[in-house]
Amino acid sequence: MAGASKAVADSRANLPFVYRQYSAEQLKQVLHKMYLIRRFEEGAEECYTRGLIHGTMHLSIGQEASAMGICMPLAEDDQITSTHRGHGHCIAKGAEVKRMFAEFFGKTTGYCKGRGGSMHIADVAKGNLGANGIVAGGIPIAVGAGLSSKMMKTGKVVVSFFGDGANNEGAFHEALNMAAIWKLPVIFVCENNGYGMSTSTARSTAVKNIADRAAAYSMPGVIVNGNIFSEVAQASHQAVARARAGEGPTLIESKTYRHRGHSKSDRNRYRTKEEIEDWMSNRDPITLFESELREFGFIDDKGIEAIRSAVAQEIADGIEFAKASPSPDIRTIQNYVYTEQA
Amino acid sequence: MDAMVRELSYAQAIQEAMAIAMDMDERVFLMGEDIGVYGGAFQVTGDLVERYGTERVIDTPISELGGAGVAVGAAVTGMRPIFEFQFSDFATLAMEQIVNQAAKMRFMLGGEVSVPLVMRFPAGSGTGAAAQHSQSLEAWLGHVPGLKVIQPATPHDAKGMLLAAVADPDPVMIFEHKLLYKMKGPVPEGYYTVPIGKADIRREGRDLTIVATSIMVHKALEAAAALEAEGIDIEVVDLRTIRPMDKQTVIDSVKKTSRLMCVYEAVKTLGIGAEVSAMIAESEAFDYLDAPIVRLGGAETPIPYNPELEKAVVPQVPDIIAAARDLAKGVR
Repeated sequence: MAGASKAVADSRANLPFVYRQYSAEQLKQVLHKMYLIRRFEEGAEECYTRGLIHGTMHLSIGQEASAMGICMPLAEDDQITSTHRGHGHCIAKGAEVKRMFAEFFGKTTGYCKGRGGSMHIADVAKGNLGANGIVAGGIPIAVGAGLSSKMMKTGKVVVSFFGDGANNEGAFHEALNMAAIWKLPVIFVCENNGYGMSTSTARSTAVKNIADRAAAYSMPGVIVNGNIFSEVAQASHQAVARARAGEGPTLIESKTYRHRGHSKSDRNRYRTKEEIEDWMSNRDPITLFESELREFGFIDDKGIEAIRSAVAQEIADGIEFAKASPSPDIRTIQNYVYTEQA
Repeated sequence: MDAMVRELSYAQAIQEAMAIAMDMDERVFLMGEDIGVYGGAFQVTGDLVERYGTERVIDTPISELGGAGVAVGAAVTGMRPIFEFQFSDFATLAMEQIVNQAAKMRFMLGGEVSVPLVMRFPAGSGTGAAAQHSQSLEAWLGHVPGLKVIQPATPHDAKGMLLAAVADPDPVMIFEHKLLYKMKGPVPEGYYTVPIGKADIRREGRDLTIVATSIMVHKALEAAAALEAEGIDIEVVDLRTIRPMDKQTVIDSVKKTSRLMCVYEAVKTLGIGAEVSAMIAESEAFDYLDAPIVRLGGAETPIPYNPELEKAVVPQVPDIIAAARDLAKGVR
């Protein structure tokens, strides 16, 4: 990715990392995608409320800076594994919202041709190996992808996103250990939003910080404020550089918060309205990033308005695309269970 | 000219198949616990690490779940792992990755990926290793769409089916009975495959059909040989694959003999015998049946340690002879 020119870079010498690293255009693109994630999820939620889509969904509203910051230094053929709360990762890695909506609607034009739904959206062409319905299910898979990268010498880096809940699964510990002993190019990203469904990390996790777990596997454990895009992107840059240099994995703990409940069944009985309100009003990642962009002169109100309306259009078009797309033919129910062979 | 045929043990046949697969395709590699210098708990990988190095014969930590997941991840990203569970019982720790991930990934992702993964499961009783090292869990995995599950009974099939499994784009689970590892049999040199999904008639007969799996194929053949002297002519069908099952071969056999017995080592209820019996009951062969179907399976207990008890909980040749003699009553 082309960075800012030298003259521009000098003038930004005292600014936080991303404002030195990226061009104004790239940073505006980040804001665009953060809005795209937010509005995609709001759109999906509204479609659900109106009865247009069924099932359930796990919204990452409030965590957009984390998804975008981690994916910022990744190349298109670098890979990720994601989670049940994975829409943000998917968009950050380059997915089109219209095909994500189509998957929500169960249509043949969806990323999984209507077979996967919200919890299994993948975009293999862009390196997203898939969301996952099993907590920690994607972590060893990412290590396997890292092993492929090393064995095939492709130079690919693999990011495994997971939540705080996953840090108490055996798969997390087994996977980190193997990535470390084999020095694989894998970045473990724990998006700690404070709660595994309803159980707080304080009640579920013996260590104060999930990044502390890294010490047990001889890898760097980095804590970032997951709601500040620049902080997340900087940590990701360092981890990617380490992975590409063959120095092995990193564990990044991105401390963040989900504004919505765990899923559609959540009555929010395990946290207070005041707590939610505080995160929404004072620590919203889009608001924080937007004010920095404004303050440092990368964008003005008009520019922000242009992004918001472009995103609104993209969301509306995406939903229309999904509605107009065909449903799978019931006679194709057996497709993709096994690989079709000539 | 036909390939040279030698006598190899079942374990040697598997090892040869893995070597051929690695020679043919650099994406093929082996993963498992103590498969390197140790050679595997049953010496199936043997000295392959000396020939292919630690990069292609990878000792994993004792991490069945994580190891299985690594194999899944490697398979979907371009490699062709052959993963060995040290004992099939330990695969219970890895069910998540096998059942939720490997089996479903292609389907969940709408055909965007394949999972060309081979997993090997040393299974079965008879080694005095008691309840946690002796189970036959193949029906567990046979219940999962997306997986293929095979049980080769001979060295010839062990090699040919493993090579078919490596060539297969989907996850193939191979259950190898530990008591077969030392059994010798003719094995052609070089590359050949034995198709997944095809049963084999090991012995033709007119009076009754025994459908058997894995080590029970040999016990059924022994029983059939003994009953020949009594004028009972038994057909032995080696099922070889339990998913996808070769229904037609079984149906045709039952139509010919009109009597069916299923013999398998796994716990009798809710298993392969139930599936084969129900499949026949649903098929046109049902009308040909002259007697109720008989199932001989494992007892409804864990595998005991005491050698006499251990033998008693799985079908033995005298059990098969007695049951077959009973079933054949009134044949002529």
